[in-house]
Amino acid sequence: MNTHAINTHAILAIYKFEMSRTLRTIWQSIVSPVISTSLYFVVFGAAIGSRITEIEGVAYGAFIVPGLIMLMLLTQSTMNASFGIYFPRFTGTIYELLSAPVSSFEIACGYVGAAATKSIILGLIILATSWLFVPLHIAHPFWMLTFLVLTAITFSLFGFIIGIWADGFEQLQIIPLLIITPLTFLGGTFYSTHVLPPFWQTVTLFNPVVYLISGFRWSFFEIADVSPLVSLGMTLVFLCVCLVTIWWIFKTGYRLKK
Amino acid sequence: MEPGLARARTAAYMPVAAPLLLREKSMTSIISINGLSKTYASGFQALKSINLDIKRGEIFALLGPNGAGKTTLIGVICGIVNPTAGTVTVDGHDIAGDYRAARSLIGLVPQELTTDAFETVWATVSFSRGLFGKPKNPAYIEKILKDLSLWDKKDNKIMTLSGGMKRRVLIAKALSHEPQVLFLDEPTAGVDVELRKDMWQVVRDLRASGVTIILTTHYIEEAEDMADRIGVISKGEIILVENKAELMRKLGKKQLTLHLQKPLDAVPAELAAHNLALADDGNELVFTYDTNAERTGVTALLSDLARLNIRFRDLQTTQSSLEDIFIGLVTDRPAASAGVAP
Ligand SMILES: Nc1ncnc2c1ncn2[C@@H]1O[C@H](COP(=O)(O)OP(=O)(O)O)[C@@H](O)[C@H]1O
Ligand SMILES: [Mg+2]
Repeated sequence: MNTHAINTHAILAIYKFEMSRTLRTIWQSIVSPVISTSLYFVVFGAAIGSRITEIEGVAYGAFIVPGLIMLMLLTQSTMNASFGIYFPRFTGTIYELLSAPVSSFEIACGYVGAAATKSIILGLIILATSWLFVPLHIAHPFWMLTFLVLTAITFSLFGFIIGIWADGFEQLQIIPLLIITPLTFLGGTFYSTHVLPPFWQTVTLFNPVVYLISGFRWSFFEIADVSPLVSLGMTLVFLCVCLVTIWWIFKTGYRLKK
Repeated sequence: MEPGLARARTAAYMPVAAPLLLREKSMTSIISINGLSKTYASGFQALKSINLDIKRGEIFALLGPNGAGKTTLIGVICGIVNPTAGTVTVDGHDIAGDYRAARSLIGLVPQELTTDAFETVWATVSFSRGLFGKPKNPAYIEKILKDLSLWDKKDNKIMTLSGGMKRRVLIAKALSHEPQVLFLDEPTAGVDVELRKDMWQVVRDLRASGVTIILTTHYIEEAEDMADRIGVISKGEIILVENKAELMRKLGKKQLTLHLQKPLDAVPAELAAHNLALADDGNELVFTYDTNAERTGVTALLSDLARLNIRFRDLQTTQSSLEDIFIGLVTDRPAASAGVAP
């Protein structure tokens, strides 16, 4: 083996291992998020949508689609990736990863790649499901996919970090439950932040999820809370922060090595 | 390739000089451990400045009681435990600076039965091969599984296997990438006879193909059966490294037991010069002697006995096993170091 080349066999091995785990748990993995998204649709889209007819010229049912996809994307990416790396730590099979000739980059590629793949597929399935409920028009399909992929990768990286940090299954659940979901709800999943009083609009700008949802929604309807370029920039910043954290974790062996 | 070969030949014909000696050293030892220490986060020092060389192609048994630091030492070499100080090279590759080259040479069978549950045997062994950067080779994996009597279980999920079968799977995983060095950490702890036999056959075949094997155990018979060299570790220190035969010879005390016709109350004063003890309520006289000594003293003892008219019905000699040596070393240790302490 060329000692300087990337160990692509290892990346593929981890990726396939993780994808086969997904396939084994296909019901939890794909079906339950689709069902819960559909429920959101029925409740928010149909019930509330009958009162709020449109936001900034977009039918309310359609308006919430990007937010719902983001909500699922963020929670699923975080949960999948965190579980993927936490489980070998929990069972002890992590010994093999640590003793293998693989770099942190390659390990992260395998786990994060698989988690992101799953989230992206899930996002597209939810998008297709939405189509059954509301007519949708995607103004910028390229940017829609870019935001989808970047967000999936970023939050899979984030989940990977959580999976390394966590000391128990409770901690794995806590982050998506207590941080991601509230931030997503408050980040404009179901409303435009423009409807908030000015003070709360400013507070909202500290919520990173606002940038993700805003950019993603812009790619559908060309309406946004913040400029799409700012959204893109912020997404890339989160991505880099996660990458640097992972690099540091493997460099120091934090929570991995004894 | 050619120039390197030529250089090597020239070197072989060079007059004996320091560089040649250095070269030979690196040719014969595949693992070099220098000044290796490990202090765990708890403050416990599990390894105390270990220096050890493992020779290419040998079976090295690391013997030591529980908690001596065997697993920690292996963990450091394999990249699972961060060392506090010191260096390790594997075939000349530093385990930190050149970890890819170092680790791709190593296969590890861990002490604990840590396996995936839901994967099949075939999938988990193939996964290991990929992880270590090797392209697919189903024929090779098939051979390993057959050698380890796992072939008919290849499509079974690991969680359905017995403990012994899981141990086999771990060995198959460790061999999946054709390592040059194999670590077996307590491979036979809680393992049935069948597996022991299979495993030692695999180990012998591996050794015959040039693979270096390092095994830890606290079962002495295993070391006695299998090893070329033995290292004894106790409280984080290597207290002895020796060829097995040499060790047996050097430390091998022999005992001559005389079954007396009439019991004795005490060792007669006339026999005080001999290393004697009474056993079995004075019915046995036990003479301990060193087989390596120029004079064992057996003749002198027997003639002294004849002179004192002490008769015996029968006699028997026993040689101390590695176990006795080992227990002697490990239990003598605190006394010895207490003696040195100021
Ligand atoms: N993660 C750890 N943290 C603190 N102490 C540890 C840790 N792992 C092992 N030890 C201690 O280090 C010593 C050596 O352990 P180990 O290497 O497992 O010994 P052996 O394999 O020879 O039985 C033991 O006293 C053990 O309690
Ligand atoms: Mg151990």
